[in-house]
Amino acid sequence: MTSLRSTNSKKLLLTVFGWSVALVIFFPILWMVLTGFKTETAAIADPSFIFSPTLESYQAVQARSGYLRFALNSVAVAFGSTLLALLIAIPSAYSMAFLPTKRTKGTLLWMLSTKMLPPVGVLVPIYLIFRDVGLLDTRTGLIIIYTLMNLPIVVWMLYTFFKDMPKDILEAGRMDGATTFQEVFFLLLPLTLPGIASTGLLSVILSWNEAFWSLNLTSSKAAPLTAYIASFSSPEGLFWAKLSAASTMAIAPILIFGWMTQKQMVRGLTFGAVK
Amino acid sequence: MATLQLNNITKRFGDTEVIKGIDLEVEDREFVVFVGPSGCGKSTLMRMIAGLESATGGDILIDGQRMNDVGPADRGLAMVFQSYALYPHMTVEGNMGFSMRLAGVSKEERRAKVLEAAKILQLEPLLDRKPKALSGGQRQRVAIGRAIVRNPSIFLFDEPLSNLDAALRVQMRIELARLHDELDATMIYVTHDQIEAMTMADKIVVLRDGVVEQVGSPMALYHHPQNRFVAGFIGSPKMNFLDVTLVGVKPDGVGIRMPGGGERHVPVDGQHLGANATLELGIRPEHLVLEEQGPLVGKIQVLERLGGQTSLYVQMADQLVTIMADGDVAYRVNDTVHFGFAPERAHLFDADGQALPSLQQHPLARLTREDNRANGDNASSEASV
Repeated sequence: MTSLRSTNSKKLLLTVFGWSVALVIFFPILWMVLTGFKTETAAIADPSFIFSPTLESYQAVQARSGYLRFALNSVAVAFGSTLLALLIAIPSAYSMAFLPTKRTKGTLLWMLSTKMLPPVGVLVPIYLIFRDVGLLDTRTGLIIIYTLMNLPIVVWMLYTFFKDMPKDILEAGRMDGATTFQEVFFLLLPLTLPGIASTGLLSVILSWNEAFWSLNLTSSKAAPLTAYIASFSSPEGLFWAKLSAASTMAIAPILIFGWMTQKQMVRGLTFGAVK
Repeated sequence: MATLQLNNITKRFGDTEVIKGIDLEVEDREFVVFVGPSGCGKSTLMRMIAGLESATGGDILIDGQRMNDVGPADRGLAMVFQSYALYPHMTVEGNMGFSMRLAGVSKEERRAKVLEAAKILQLEPLLDRKPKALSGGQRQRVAIGRAIVRNPSIFLFDEPLSNLDAALRVQMRIELARLHDELDATMIYVTHDQIEAMTMADKIVVLRDGVVEQVGSPMALYHHPQNRFVAGFIGSPKMNFLDVTLVGVKPDGVGIRMPGGGERHVPVDGQHLGANATLELGIRPEHLVLEEQGPLVGKIQVLERLGGQTSLYVQMADQLVTIMADGDVAYRVNDTVHFGFAPERAHLFDADGQALPSLQQHPLARLTREDNRANGDNASSEASV
């Protein structure tokens, strides 16, 4: 009896702890959403959960700038870079997983180590290159930079998924007369689709949320939603309600997207870890 | 018509040589079994024949054509994997028809061929199922079906029965033997189980540490093992080995003195033996007979009654000897037993573990699985050759 009760109280404690952490993390987002429905006066008044909600900030935000244009840029850049990253990463992960050499592990680690470099360190050279080849403020430019940014993670994740694929099945395919391309297309991709999907989702989310490069490399034409949010913070001082409304609109699509695919995401991210 | 020839095949992984120069010939329609302990290189050898692994040296010839640089699918082979390696996202029909789909065969033709193979393997009711909805034995049959559909000249089996339970294994063993008759194809089969080797093979290739220890029919390996390793590996329970002393060499055999003092004259060729040669006597448990006047004596340590037979584990000085006796023997543990053997059943091994050649060939040593079949059948196939 006592042991049962102690496990129960342990469970309760853990649940309370878990919810507390989740709430702390979620609170800023909640507050942002609430603030978006307040008037500017209410937004800077003493913090309160009780207020009469209004859409006036949203109307103001809509009136000022075309949300849709930024949103379309975000979609194009996030999905474009993800597609490109997968196209490059699938063959590389294939060769690393199924035809490894002595240097494969080292290459993988080196690729990951590039993620440890602060991006600002290469801002100037990249900016200059982009200026010279005419990629500044273009979707193509952002797609290239996001692809390069996400490639190490995408290759790593695909590599772990491919590693888990029984080699026998691919060999059976080879015995059945499959070329390398057919092997990948008919066997490897269908069988690792859940992994590829979660890798893709992560890449989309990372690209969507990226602000450093988009703020520095775009101005108006190719600017995604991150730039849209930023545009509310500077020129006319701080308008908290409008800023919040804009932010809410910027993160809403990816939040809904993430919510719908969370099962897939969690499964994919913990896949390699459980082994 | 498909023959396979291996000429001095070697394989290296980095600094380790796993296959150390293997020569082998597999005749048309032969059922050849590669057998050996794990790590002996038998699977690697098969994978090289399949083309999944490249040979470091030597030639692989199929029907006289060098195949070293030919891709796996173009060698005219089909392979059944230990794990079955079915495509989990395809139905049974999809699995069996995959090779034809890749080759661009029309849907109708594909279906016809799959149905034909499914009929042989009794898979017709399962064609729409996915592999995960099949039992182990059914998966095994699908894997075989996938091979049959390709109509290969040589079938390769890589330990295909090791994932099945004992009863199913016996059943599949029989089914594979039947398939071999029915398909009339050359088959190469890898296993570590000497019973599978003995029951199915026309020819057994015993491998150890990347070297062929002996090639021969099951009965030849059983009755005339060329060395101590093969003698111990083939046959169950394992052969007993006893240290004996050389008494004298004559043209008609070798005289030895047993641990207990008795002498025997074994009909093997010992002409090359020196006067002080150390010898080991090998005698199978089923060839030891309990007899009052037997030259060997020991105390029963363990007694296993199997019903039809009884295994006696007898302590003899510092050695434990296994005897397969009649099921009805009345002995009990700690009883002292006397036993002996017919000299022509005994094997002698020199200090290097090499067997002294028997002076008489066992009448069954040349027997193959083919000979076990009905005479008429045999005669007609011979007549047609």
